[in-house]
Amino acid sequence: MAFKKVQMKKCFINGISAISAQNTFESDFLDSAVVNQTTTTLSAIEPDYKTFIPPAAIRRMAKGIKMGVATSVQALQKAELEQIDAIITGTGMGCSQDSEKFLKSILDNNEQFLTPTSFIQSTHNTVAAQIALRLSCKGYNFTYVNGAVSFESALLDGCMQITSEEAKSILVGGIDEYAEHTFSLYKLIGLIKNEQDKPFSVLNSKSKGTVFSEGATFFALENIRKDSTYAEVVDVQIKNKISKEKLPDFFDAFLKKNNLNTSEIDVVVLGNNGDMEFDCYFEKVSNYLPDSVQVYYKHLSGEYNTASAFGLWVAANMLKKQQIPEVIRLNSVEKQQYKTILLYNQYRGLDHSLVLLRGVL
Amino acid sequence: MKIAVTGMGIISAIGTTVEENFNALKNRDSGISDLENIDTVHKGVLKFGEIKLTNSELADILHLPENHNFSRTTLLGAYAAQKAVENAGIKNINDYPTGLVSSTSVGGMDKTEQYFYEYFDNPEIRRFITSHDAGDVSHKIADILGIEGIVTTISTACSSAANAVMFGARLIASGQLERVIVGGSDALSKFTINGFNTLMILTDTYNTPFDNNRKGLNLGEAAAYLVLESDKIVKEQNREILAYLSGFGNANDAYHQTASSEDGEGAFLAMEKALKMADISPENIDYINVHGTATPNNDLSEGRALLQIFGKNVPHFSSTKPYTGHTLAAAAAIEAVYSILALRHNVVYPNLNFKDKMEEFDLIPTTELTEKEIHTVLSNSFGFGGNCSSLIFSKF
Repeated sequence: MAFKKVQMKKCFINGISAISAQNTFESDFLDSAVVNQTTTTLSAIEPDYKTFIPPAAIRRMAKGIKMGVATSVQALQKAELEQIDAIITGTGMGCSQDSEKFLKSILDNNEQFLTPTSFIQSTHNTVAAQIALRLSCKGYNFTYVNGAVSFESALLDGCMQITSEEAKSILVGGIDEYAEHTFSLYKLIGLIKNEQDKPFSVLNSKSKGTVFSEGATFFALENIRKDSTYAEVVDVQIKNKISKEKLPDFFDAFLKKNNLNTSEIDVVVLGNNGDMEFDCYFEKVSNYLPDSVQVYYKHLSGEYNTASAFGLWVAANMLKKQQIPEVIRLNSVEKQQYKTILLYNQYRGLDHSLVLLRGVL
Repeated sequence: MKIAVTGMGIISAIGTTVEENFNALKNRDSGISDLENIDTVHKGVLKFGEIKLTNSELADILHLPENHNFSRTTLLGAYAAQKAVENAGIKNINDYPTGLVSSTSVGGMDKTEQYFYEYFDNPEIRRFITSHDAGDVSHKIADILGIEGIVTTISTACSSAANAVMFGARLIASGQLERVIVGGSDALSKFTINGFNTLMILTDTYNTPFDNNRKGLNLGEAAAYLVLESDKIVKEQNREILAYLSGFGNANDAYHQTASSEDGEGAFLAMEKALKMADISPENIDYINVHGTATPNNDLSEGRALLQIFGKNVPHFSSTKPYTGHTLAAAAAIEAVYSILALRHNVVYPNLNFKDKMEEFDLIPTTELTEKEIHTVLSNSFGFGGNCSSLIFSKF
């Protein structure tokens, strides 16, 4: 018998941390949120890394590695964990800064005078590996790289291992970093918004493309509930593509699998990113769940392949604090308390994901 | 719950079919050669496991339109995945819940390095910009296969495809899928050629795994996919089972970003986990398809880990890297195919180019084609970031 099929344990989020375009690393939830509608790209607000990473190492590390290491440490601290059984990351573009740096030196110097540092740090699993090195964590170490479900793939893997009792504690995170050349190519093909389409409102947008950004978000998952618990991750579902018409079927099947009615979803967290071509998917969900509190977040985080991890950070905070900041509300529905939250994301009609969270209060 | 392998597809420097690959392994036909398809200063200097089909030949085989935007990694991956599905005899891919777990390390880097600066001046080629993304490789393969379901990609450097096999198996075991296509694809690129060259782990001749005078690896390119199916499908569709995936393990060496620890702890832990899961003891392993890249570091580290697991009774082992080169993210996938073929045909492939045993220990790889009853095969794959993976395939 190679596999246990029993699902005994529940999967709890016991620690979280985010570095994003907002001051999420040092502040409490979204108290200081600022909506910027004037720039086509947003940069993550970085903490002073000295508390987390030795200064000599800081200089060698690209932004994604630094953000990933710092948020992984903080998530563990919040969960009061020193060691974990597994590290699972998701990243759409990987270590783009080091990849670009190495590629430029190849092209600019006709394959001569190259040094290995940026190549060494260019592999997609660099952040997961650096965290393992720093923690001397010899456990399971995976990195998923599939566009907008990179993070959800990691989360799905993590939850499966917690519920099947293969692991007791797991760090799961999403990391993507700004890279100059890649972003300029995205501007060329309209994935990033045009200057002239300012202001870049995420809601009721009349332009294509999105405001691109970067960030790192980590979660400490455990099979036990404790004082620091934010939420239980009940289920995760990903699908490569769905037509707009079939989107309600995708939701129906997911809710049925989890024995839920639409009326039981207190809050739905949507990944609207202001791309007029594809935000219709989210409108469809708004209509599907009219009685739920509807929340959006990419006007604060910007879009990047693992921005949905920031969405999960928002949802976990809402459940723990029982509070929904005005700045993220899409509709005016009110609820006495928030117990069940559904997150939905997609990017350009691909990589659809559903994450179901339950509060533990 | 058993996970059955019911189909395989492969393309590598030693062949474009499972049969061609198997014949080359038996006949000592190496695919290491001078480069033809990539324009690099290392052409003619270093040797590679290059697939000689050009991109346009591959596109023709796949019946792609002229203006397609497939990178070479995607072309190779789509080809091998399609062959795997054909081999399993699947008529309607969505008749059971089916997913794809692919893997790659370079993704569409071949196109990115070709057009990096030209993109700004030439709108014609801009369709390739989005094909850089690793996930784009899997999306295109899923589209070619017609899969609508769980599609994801793993990138853990040179152990990637082994990890894709593991996650795919977990998705079946947990009941989320009945069928999953798993594997990996990586094309040669200037990026990886120069990257490995700066690390000074490329040989200037032919790689010699587990030899005392080994000088490094030859890079290669390949793609391979396996069809994994649940008991339910096997029964209902009366499938021929090629092998069972009976165990797997992943561990991290947590020693260095690119080098393996001297004692091979990560490798040891990965093999130990796989054996535990398969619920067998080391003496049940009949053949090991080792990672065996022929870098001084890997073979020492892996050898020590083998000794720690198997003690004095290390079974027959060989590296197939002298045939294919090191094909990075695809390595574990092509070697899974080779492991299953070893199992089915009861043969151990010769480890080419071996002369002198390493001074650190008495491990000698199998150097002649050896026929023996093989019930269980262990396949190792290790990558940058300390990533260590082991898969166990068995007949029953």
